[in-house]
Amino acid sequence: MTTAPAVGRPVDRVDGRHKVTGGAHYSADVRPTDRAHAVLVGARVPSGRVTGIDTDEARQAGGVLAILTHENLPGIATQPPLLPSLAGMPAPGQTFFPLQDEVVHYSGQPVAVVVADTLERAQHAAALVRVTYQETPSVTTVAQGRDDAYVPDAIFGGFVPGRSVRGDVEAGLAAADVRIDATYTYAANHHNPIEPAATTAVWDGDQLTLYDATQGVAATQLTVAALLGLSPSKVRVLSHFVGGSFGCKAMIWAHPALAALAARHVGRPVKLSLTREQMFTSVGHREEQEQRIELGADKEGRLVALRHHKLSPTSPFDDWAEPSLGVASQLYACAHYEGVYRLFRANTMTPTFMRAPGEASGMFALECTMDDLAHQLGIDPVELRLRNYSETDPTTKNPWSSTGLKECYARGAERFGWHRRRPAPRSHRDGDWLIGYGMAAAGYPVYGPNNPQRARARLYADGTAVVQAATPDFGTGVATVMTQVAADALGLPWERCRFEGGDTALPGIAAAVGSAGAGMISAAVHTAAARLRDQLVAQAVADSQSPLHGADPAAVTVRDGRMMLRDAPATGETYGDLLHRNFLPDVEASGAWSPSPESHHYGMMTFGAQFAEVAVDPDLGVVRVRRMVGAFAPGRVLNPKTARSQLMGGMLWGLGQALLEANYMDPRRGRWVASGLGDYLVPVNADAPDIEVELVDVTDDIVNPLGVKGVGEIGQVGAAAALANALHHATGRRVRKLPVTIEDLL
Amino acid sequence: MSAPDIPSRAPARAVLPERGPEPVRITLTVNGVDRAVEVEPRVSLLDALRERLDLTGAKKGCDQGTCGACTVWVDGRRVLACLTLAITCEGREVTTIEGLAEGDELHAMQSAFIEQDAFQCGYCTPGQIMSAVALLKEGHASDDREIAEWMSGNICRCAAYPHIRAAIRTVRDRA
Repeated sequence: MTTAPAVGRPVDRVDGRHKVTGGAHYSADVRPTDRAHAVLVGARVPSGRVTGIDTDEARQAGGVLAILTHENLPGIATQPPLLPSLAGMPAPGQTFFPLQDEVVHYSGQPVAVVVADTLERAQHAAALVRVTYQETPSVTTVAQGRDDAYVPDAIFGGFVPGRSVRGDVEAGLAAADVRIDATYTYAANHHNPIEPAATTAVWDGDQLTLYDATQGVAATQLTVAALLGLSPSKVRVLSHFVGGSFGCKAMIWAHPALAALAARHVGRPVKLSLTREQMFTSVGHREEQEQRIELGADKEGRLVALRHHKLSPTSPFDDWAEPSLGVASQLYACAHYEGVYRLFRANTMTPTFMRAPGEASGMFALECTMDDLAHQLGIDPVELRLRNYSETDPTTKNPWSSTGLKECYARGAERFGWHRRRPAPRSHRDGDWLIGYGMAAAGYPVYGPNNPQRARARLYADGTAVVQAATPDFGTGVATVMTQVAADALGLPWERCRFEGGDTALPGIAAAVGSAGAGMISAAVHTAAARLRDQLVAQAVADSQSPLHGADPAAVTVRDGRMMLRDAPATGETYGDLLHRNFLPDVEASGAWSPSPESHHYGMMTFGAQFAEVAVDPDLGVVRVRRMVGAFAPGRVLNPKTARSQLMGGMLWGLGQALLEANYMDPRRGRWVASGLGDYLVPVNADAPDIEVELVDVTDDIVNPLGVKGVGEIGQVGAAAALANALHHATGRRVRKLPVTIEDLL
Repeated sequence: MSAPDIPSRAPARAVLPERGPEPVRITLTVNGVDRAVEVEPRVSLLDALRERLDLTGAKKGCDQGTCGACTVWVDGRRVLACLTLAITCEGREVTTIEGLAEGDELHAMQSAFIEQDAFQCGYCTPGQIMSAVALLKEGHASDDREIAEWMSGNICRCAAYPHIRAAIRTVRDRA
């Protein structure tokens, strides 16, 4: 008898039933007895000082338990440095903690926390807190800050240099047959998961429990412990269900620590949920930016030089920009390159990771420029990319651990019907609608964690297993796919395995960010479960009462929970037989995984290709996206059902980025113009066409034990460029700004 | 984009005595069960369900009527619980996601959402499903375009929209 592997099967989500019945409990659904509610009051000016906080009226409102301001909130113990949460250390989203003094750095910065016995009373009292300010001039837009820009030593928590050079870009550009110099502008974006960030804090003596909406329970634990001067051993963080993140719950912002401080102050559990409006000023954003590309190519379209500069605002405290230049510097063979980040200090919080952080914006600029080059040279856009295909990572000359990019171009084009595209703009029509086809390449790095990722597997004598790792599920399907991974490693049907996560009491996993979750968690789970299987087999062959006694462990295989000789399957016994006979209610093993040293000698990237068809009404400028096809090579696909969903979601994020999502700072007020889902537009059902996802199979023995490269972000990379290129094909207009809106097409 | 229906004006009734602003005792019929609860008149149906009645299936995504995560039924029609005052629901039948399954037997729409992978994080899902079931009853599911239009009051940031349409089609075609 053979059982098909669980990995690779389109299994339904194991937590689906909880999610469709209302039985999935998110951080704000926790209801500890006697809980109070905290509401933040944000600064109404972008720059200056708080000169007074009148809380008299608020205090007299019913049910108020405390009003915390910089005058009475205890100071934080230490401010940890900004470090991406994948590093597994404290991971504050910015190196500024509010309510420490009277200085206001950005609009929305918390200036008071109001705690009351009900939510309504807390909200009402918060509205009665009168704050007066001495306002000073602010800088919030690229237009205002441009002249004060500087090149930082490094960005992104120190991981990305401010300037990268290879070859001689000036000489390369001078020698090029064709040059394109183009500037792209981007509105700021906000993640807006439908679950607002929320923390429920419960003290039991000096032991703190936080129910927090986070991409990493350890990140919350370590950050809050550092801020409050607690030992991490005194802080437990639970996060079983998270209602989306897209990066805004990847770093730890002020609210979990504020919830803990408020709970300690009032001696009751405290729930702190951000309002939708506060989600625009409390959890980071994708910064407004401007990117300039100077590209030089020969007559055949082969790149000889690429200069890529980015200008963007950062906070007063941190040198942050999303790393927009990374993948765009790596995708094509190009001898001469210069990438420079320029920042200016602005009255904003520190921007942060947002889905495909950097890749989505940088590849928009590069891939629209490539489309421009193809158009100018009369070369098919797919063919142009094939001519610039790089057999190695251009930044290091290391070989790729695996690619699949050429197959993505071919299979995507085939599925899309690219051959039907006539090259000239405005050459396809459907009635009054102008039809356009566009494409773009996609790439996303395979990141590895900085420290060992751990998991634990336990087999019970009844033949069921539990695997544990501290990761939360924020929509990735991690509980489902890790059940599948454990089942195969243990030789059990997946239905007899269960995954437990979302709790710092479980073996440690870094925050699941940067599309690294599936790779590193599957590695840990696989290692633990395989070790448990090996341990059980070793015990069986050493047990004189086992039918496998004396056998070579390497000759033993396990299927459906039964250990047997591979060449003589009749000889064997079940895990349960072994455990019962030896008075073992359960057996457990732990496993840990770190990226292999060998992996440093490879370029590691997930590749893809995006294709899109748009229809444009030339009189009204209305755009309808008719269909999108994405072909991706994400390594081993643990579960095609959940993987396709994530890729589809990413592509629709590309649609939002291309056509809808925008926020702007009002330069006079220093505040975001949009502050809700009524004015910050995200795709709704009627915006979303059917999406086709093509999975290109590539084997990768380098990235991690199962060869998983990740699907969380690659779906968005290149999608906006494919749409903008389709708009050019439809209309003849090259729009170099995001989002593209009606007025750009009239 | 169409917002879900909000209930039409209540039929003419006798003028009610003024109550509040202090908490008042009201009885809500939720999922067929009468539940007495003390609420200030300013308390939304959503906060009454979530904070007082231990029914956290309806989600707060915006508290502004823009996202649809709080969609429940009042007298069989979909409403945004964040924009509905609890006190106005006295004498009406409130149905939440917790009331949709028959014991362990999932509603066909719930099963279809699982089969079609019509969610990822699951946070908007209770609202999506309450809208989706109502949509079929309203007769707004004749084709994908109509489904998309009448489901556009429920935002799914994971963007499972094509799968949500597939789930609705599945249930429509099985009926």
